[in-house]
Amino acid sequence: MANHHHALQHHFEDLEQQFESASLGMWAFLITEILFFGGLFAGYLVYRSLYPEAFAVGSYKLDVLLGGVNTVVLICSSLTMALAVYWAHKGERTKIVVFLFLTIVLGAAFLGIKAVEYTHKFHAGLAPGNAFSYDGPFADQVRIFYSFYFSMTGMHALHMVIGIGLLTYLIIRARQGAYTAEYSTPVEMIGLYWHFVDIVWIYLFPLLYLIGRS
Amino acid sequence: MSTSVFKPGERQLSDPGSGPTENYLNAGFSAKSWLLTVDHKRIAILYLISLTFFFLIGGLFALLIRLELLTPAGDLMQSETYNKMFTMHGIIMVFFFLIPAVPAVFGNFLIPLMIGAKDLAFPRLNLLSWYLYIGGGLLAILAIAFGGVDTGWTFYTPYSSTYSNSNVILAALGAFIAGFSSILTGLNFIVTIHKMRAPGMTWFRLPLMVWGHYATSIIQILGTPVVAITIVLVALERLFSIGIFNPKLGGDPILFQHLFWFYSHPAVYIMILPSMGVMSEVITCFSRKKIFGYDFIAFSSLAIAVLGFLVWGHHMYTSGQSIYTSMVFSILTFLVAIPSAIKVFNWTATLYKGSVSYSAPMLYAIGFLGLFTIGGLTGVFLATLAVDVHVHDTYFVVAHFHYIMVGGAIMGYMAALHFWWPKMTGRLYPEGWARFSALVIFVGFHLTFFPQFIVGYMGMPRRYHVYPEEFQILNVFSTAGATILGIGYLIPLVYFLWSLKYGPRSSANPWNAKGLEWEQAGSPPETFNFRDTPVVMEGAYEYEPKIWLK
Amino acid sequence: MAHHTIPTRVYYTIFFTLMVLTGLTVWVAFQDLGAWNDVVALSIATLKATLVILYFMHVRYSSKLTHAFIVAGFLFLVILLAITMSDYLTRDTLIAPKAWDLM
Repeated sequence: MANHHHALQHHFEDLEQQFESASLGMWAFLITEILFFGGLFAGYLVYRSLYPEAFAVGSYKLDVLLGGVNTVVLICSSLTMALAVYWAHKGERTKIVVFLFLTIVLGAAFLGIKAVEYTHKFHAGLAPGNAFSYDGPFADQVRIFYSFYFSMTGMHALHMVIGIGLLTYLIIRARQGAYTAEYSTPVEMIGLYWHFVDIVWIYLFPLLYLIGRS
Repeated sequence: MSTSVFKPGERQLSDPGSGPTENYLNAGFSAKSWLLTVDHKRIAILYLISLTFFFLIGGLFALLIRLELLTPAGDLMQSETYNKMFTMHGIIMVFFFLIPAVPAVFGNFLIPLMIGAKDLAFPRLNLLSWYLYIGGGLLAILAIAFGGVDTGWTFYTPYSSTYSNSNVILAALGAFIAGFSSILTGLNFIVTIHKMRAPGMTWFRLPLMVWGHYATSIIQILGTPVVAITIVLVALERLFSIGIFNPKLGGDPILFQHLFWFYSHPAVYIMILPSMGVMSEVITCFSRKKIFGYDFIAFSSLAIAVLGFLVWGHHMYTSGQSIYTSMVFSILTFLVAIPSAIKVFNWTATLYKGSVSYSAPMLYAIGFLGLFTIGGLTGVFLATLAVDVHVHDTYFVVAHFHYIMVGGAIMGYMAALHFWWPKMTGRLYPEGWARFSALVIFVGFHLTFFPQFIVGYMGMPRRYHVYPEEFQILNVFSTAGATILGIGYLIPLVYFLWSLKYGPRSSANPWNAKGLEWEQAGSPPETFNFRDTPVVMEGAYEYEPKIWLK
Repeated sequence: MAHHTIPTRVYYTIFFTLMVLTGLTVWVAFQDLGAWNDVVALSIATLKATLVILYFMHVRYSSKLTHAFIVAGFLFLVILLAITMSDYLTRDTLIAPKAWDLM
């Protein structure tokens, strides 16, 4: 490339190589994330198969409405994220910022609803640990269900918080005009991350909220 | 061929005044120029220094263990202290030396040079990896300072999650953070190997060292996250008693073993595969021959990486795991022997009719061949379900995995250190001393660990600081061997440091070796490795001169 | 640059489909299908995840290498889940008692 783009790092030949490397790196990272959550899913699967009744009892105490609303909120945020990437490809600074902002708002709404749910569970004595005070049938195994509920949704929420931080960074950079039609790699990469977090929730929702409802 | 005749095994000094005057070492001398560097070569040096530090600490614990085991009675320390000794030895050596060793130093330094790139794909991420490694290491050191950990390096539940009173969380957090260092290194290598190869550097022209690191990286990014989340669960169990691993609440401690070994068995291949890559480089150079069976060695690396994920249950034969699952794991474990053996046979075939010379790197490589073969074959014994039930948790197992990890991985590390030392530092080390220390290490190693096979087969269990008197003679051999081994490791430390100042300057290609790092980069290389992007016209290891009839 | 721009219409279509599938998965959870409830729930979740991956994450238009990476990631997840479960599903035939029966 004769004229070097300001975003081109010295060790790459051109922006295309740089973009492909970033994209491949991001996917490799998301694979590690699949297996990171995979450890939790493996544990869930084991205990679900060992104690199906206890998991149904535990799941029944979760609020399907709040969980469902959160699913909708998160899918909406994936849409706005996809649109932010779309406008980043076109280099439309204002629209990038608007859609990134909407994504943050939706992400924050998700976390807000999650906080409400957590508070209810704490008050109901369903937080795992020594404060766990449910004493119906299968109490000990229901405690294990709630261990998974809190560690899985907690790990998911942690990823959301990190995602919101990354989106905030993107907004600051976008307002400075860092992303143009030629170069919008960071928006796209963080977009991939955000969609991944959405996918985790797509599985968590039926696995945690919708067992034994029939 | 009218150029000067190269005698195998003879090292070439540089002509005064030739070679690049500016290189990555003299590009800056301030602490900042090292601590904030994004140059893969400087980061490799940072790793080399910090790994040496952790190796010495891990070695110190090994020394104390062997000292205690000199006599059958527990005369040096209490059993609680002894538990901490072998735990800290394991944690430091596994997480802070063996897993990062070859990839972080030689992978980092050489992959861009070998494929003709200016740097790794993500240089800043590479620096972050080093800081994560140091951060994790400091936590492990803190855990030692606060009184150590006594769970064994495996952190088995429910002891680690409920009962142990030692610094489990601190040490586990250290391993967790070092794990992310490992993940990011693997990710960086994979992207670099896919996207940064020079023109003409096709997959089947890559040096096998690069294939070895590619296979390693696959394991790093697929396996490490599972152990990371498992460590999180252990910490949650310890802090909040969430019940997942607690049998009192219906939790299953064996689940921890599944999740732990899903990573930690493949982690053994993280340690050995890069050293296997080193083997292919060193053996071809000092046999002056093209590698025998390039494709087979390349694909056997990938086969080991993939099969390595299917065999973790062979650590759990006596845990209460289903016997049917154990049988399947046993059969699958036998399969791993196939790609490993393919490699050993191909290296041996490469030696056949080669002009073999016995320089220090080659001595280590030949040591690797013998030791890895013994370690691998005893691994087949242990894979056998019935035999393993007999020798499980005995010194037979200890001897087996030290033959792989020390005899294999560290021999490869030492071979690499000697082979690429002139490239990394621009200095030659004293060859006589190097050969002597290789010999000392080889002898010391066997004397340390071979008796452990016997004493283990006789029934001496691991992880006890006292033992029946009839085992003493073999333990005395072992301790004597460990002393020799320790001296063997200290000699290189001395002469490498000496060579930094007093060693003769090396030419760009002192071994007359093949490969971009030797043929197209200086010793030491300049900051961006190559003046111009190299164009690759031939495969790796074209050592045999093409003879044309005139 | 190798970007393939997808028209926004596609994003809205996928979004709409995801919403319908979310409703469907909730509705189906309240129907008694026996063991099939789990199968249906996981199938719908996988369908949703696939749509997100293919369109929102542009994988339908990415290189074969990216496809291979993603397949490998899920393959190793399946290995983890399947082999671990193979232990639990065959452990009842064990002669020795289970840990949790001893307590």
